[in-house]
Amino acid sequence: MEIELAQKKSLLRTNAAQKLLAFGALIVLFIAFSLASPNFFSFSNIVGILLATAVNGLLALGVTFVIISGGIDLSVGTMMTFSAVMAGVAVTFWGLPVPLGILAALAAGGLAGMVNGLVISKMKVPPFIATLGTYYATKGLSLVISGLKPIYFNDAPTFRDIALGSVVNNVIPGFVVPNAVLILFGAAIIAGLILSKTVLGRYTFAIGSNEEATRLSGVNVDLWKTAVYTLCGVFSGLAGIVIASRINSAQPALGGGYELDAIAAAVIGGTSLSGGEGTILGTIIGAFVISTLTNGLRILSVPQEWQMVVTGAIVVLTVYMDILRRRQQ
Amino acid sequence: MSEAIVMMEGIEKSFPGVHALNQCRFNLYPGEIHALVGENGAGKSTLMKVLAGVYKKDAGSILYKGSEVEIPTPRAALHSGISMIHQELNLMPHLTVAQNIFIGREPRRTLPFILDEKEINAKTDQLFAMMHLKLDASTKVADLTVAKQQMVEIAKALSFESEVLIMDEPTAALTETETEELFRIIRHLRDQGVGVVYISHRLEELKQISDRVTVMRDGRYIDTVSTQEVEINRIISMMVGRTIYEAAPELPESPNPEVVLEVKNLNRGNQLKDINFSLKKGEILGFAGLIGAGRTEVARAIFGADPIDSGDIYVSGKKVRIKTPRDAVRHGIGYLSEDRKRYGLTLKMNVENNIVLASFEKFLGMLGWVNNTRTRQTAEHHIRALSIKTPSLQQIIRNLSGGNQQKVVIGKWLTADTDILIFDEPTRGIDVGAKSEIYRLLNDLAKQGKSIIMISSELPEILRMSHRVIVMCEGRITGELDIAEATQEAIMKYATQRSVIVRTNESNHLSSEIGAV
Repeated sequence: MEIELAQKKSLLRTNAAQKLLAFGALIVLFIAFSLASPNFFSFSNIVGILLATAVNGLLALGVTFVIISGGIDLSVGTMMTFSAVMAGVAVTFWGLPVPLGILAALAAGGLAGMVNGLVISKMKVPPFIATLGTYYATKGLSLVISGLKPIYFNDAPTFRDIALGSVVNNVIPGFVVPNAVLILFGAAIIAGLILSKTVLGRYTFAIGSNEEATRLSGVNVDLWKTAVYTLCGVFSGLAGIVIASRINSAQPALGGGYELDAIAAAVIGGTSLSGGEGTILGTIIGAFVISTLTNGLRILSVPQEWQMVVTGAIVVLTVYMDILRRRQQ
Repeated sequence: MSEAIVMMEGIEKSFPGVHALNQCRFNLYPGEIHALVGENGAGKSTLMKVLAGVYKKDAGSILYKGSEVEIPTPRAALHSGISMIHQELNLMPHLTVAQNIFIGREPRRTLPFILDEKEINAKTDQLFAMMHLKLDASTKVADLTVAKQQMVEIAKALSFESEVLIMDEPTAALTETETEELFRIIRHLRDQGVGVVYISHRLEELKQISDRVTVMRDGRYIDTVSTQEVEINRIISMMVGRTIYEAAPELPESPNPEVVLEVKNLNRGNQLKDINFSLKKGEILGFAGLIGAGRTEVARAIFGADPIDSGDIYVSGKKVRIKTPRDAVRHGIGYLSEDRKRYGLTLKMNVENNIVLASFEKFLGMLGWVNNTRTRQTAEHHIRALSIKTPSLQQIIRNLSGGNQQKVVIGKWLTADTDILIFDEPTRGIDVGAKSEIYRLLNDLAKQGKSIIMISSELPEILRMSHRVIVMCEGRITGELDIAEATQEAIMKYATQRSVIVRTNESNHLSSEIGAV
């Protein structure tokens, strides 16, 4: 009897409910915008939303791991830019084939993430500060390496197809879903599996839940923390490839501000900033909430400045709803 | 007796500014329960953390199963069969019971990184079956009571086939019944040949559970004695090296009839049901009951920390509305939380600021400036009156001992002119010597006409300090006893009037397979 009760309680307390909340918000947004404008619920606009979610969604995947582990990563946006620039260096400066460019971007992101992880676990610098340092460092390095100018991928026409080509269209003609969307969903599935099925995922939760207890259980916490930040860097690298491919260039000045969108997506999706709680599905829904909002408001010709105000309100509101729900229990 | 499984000799350990262990020794035989006692800061936990690989020793030798060993990490200790259950439970609240037990050594599927959740749940069920515990392996630890979390830790130690099990204050947060349950399992482990180290502040438990006792004081080894042949008083004098205050409260000649606080029909959800009681001037009213009986909830409701559904509170005969702690303080009610560090003190601020914290407005001069001279005088007064041991007013609270921290909290409420003081577990985590000082202080306060509600899970403390005892069970008041008629048995009878204990079989029917997991 008592055990059954405890189980019910834990079901309620998990972020399943928060996910539902975020999902509900997404549905409400869809219905409201569809009623407000006939242009909203069309195939091309939905694809537009999906495409617009890709970059933020990829960044948010990595950030979700970091936040569940009880940390924070402010450098995902600029790591993304740094990775894009490194892809540009490989493909445009050195003339390497596109796959090697992709590898360069992933490696650059992973490396920057690993630096985050080592500074945090070995030098005991708080994650906020360590990743703030990386934020500035990767931002600066992107500018230095690119010589302050965008690097275009005009010599490698296939590069553009990474994000904007459509494998789906080849399989089902007329169904033009850009690859970027596939990359997002593929990455999300992999992230979800890592989080729920692997040792890395288990330790991500364990460290975020009680770091000292995890250490005392004989887990090499430093190693796994470094792995979490490295993984976050790799996801930033992937986002770097997608954004560079979308705009056919690596823009060294881009990147600041993306980290906050990514954190917002994770938080809307039910990831707890105090660690130990979060899901990939929630984060993806959170990312869609943000891009749907932006898209819908734009269709309704709400000025961009006001879109930001509304986004801010939504972030605070969803988290407040979650707090209310917890307080009731 | 067979050969010692652990022999520690000449152990030295220093932390910056503290010589924590000075030439310490300790030995443990298989199949014994060896109690390790001493005041807070005596070095018990430090010595055991050296054995469990949490701290590295500076010097000395550890012989384990006859050969000298180095124990560099907790992991190394665990895998060689030494488990330690720490004072602050070391579980991951967001993970399930099974995930906690198998953290760090999860069975994998065919692919080396993929976890096998079914396997750990099955193995955990096996463990619990052997302990005769009814617990679901997939429950989140956050949803368990402290006692059951403790059982999870023990199950975890068992799963390592530990030959040495160190328990640091395992009963600190347990009720009497839960303690019995724990003892049953510990004794069973002893019979299996496990060497158990039992660190405790509750000396009355030693006779019940331990075979030998080692006493430590100020980082030094004092003596090891057989529990059967030693008086508890002698252990205490070895621990403190001085005699301690033992007097019972002096009851007022004729009880002062003036009622200062009356609570009528207080209700709050299913936590508090129909609470009625009154508190007289100069009285110490003990609140006894098992953990989770609702005693702290009563205190928090009166203090305005939690909202109530219905009920009335009268202070000195006048009906008052208390919606926030601020209202309570205005009506002269102070609450000293069981968790001093979280709710009672601002740990990073100094003694002076903590003492005036609840009554800053009294020290404000023109333009809202704080009158530092007066705050200093007030703080100095309380340091003298309560004999708080601190090098200076500027000492950061965190650096004081538990007993002195508690006194600072008392000073804070005295500064705020509160006449009704609610003490929630006033001596939790406070060592024996300082405990008696806190008791004396409570008596002095009562004599001065302050009225005290004292919530305590230690029955001897309740019986020694209270004029009257109220017993709670599952959110209701189930008994009220005058101190003359109160006995441990009588209190426990009321405290367990509707008790649910999770247990499948009778206590003495433990199977012998535990060691074989």
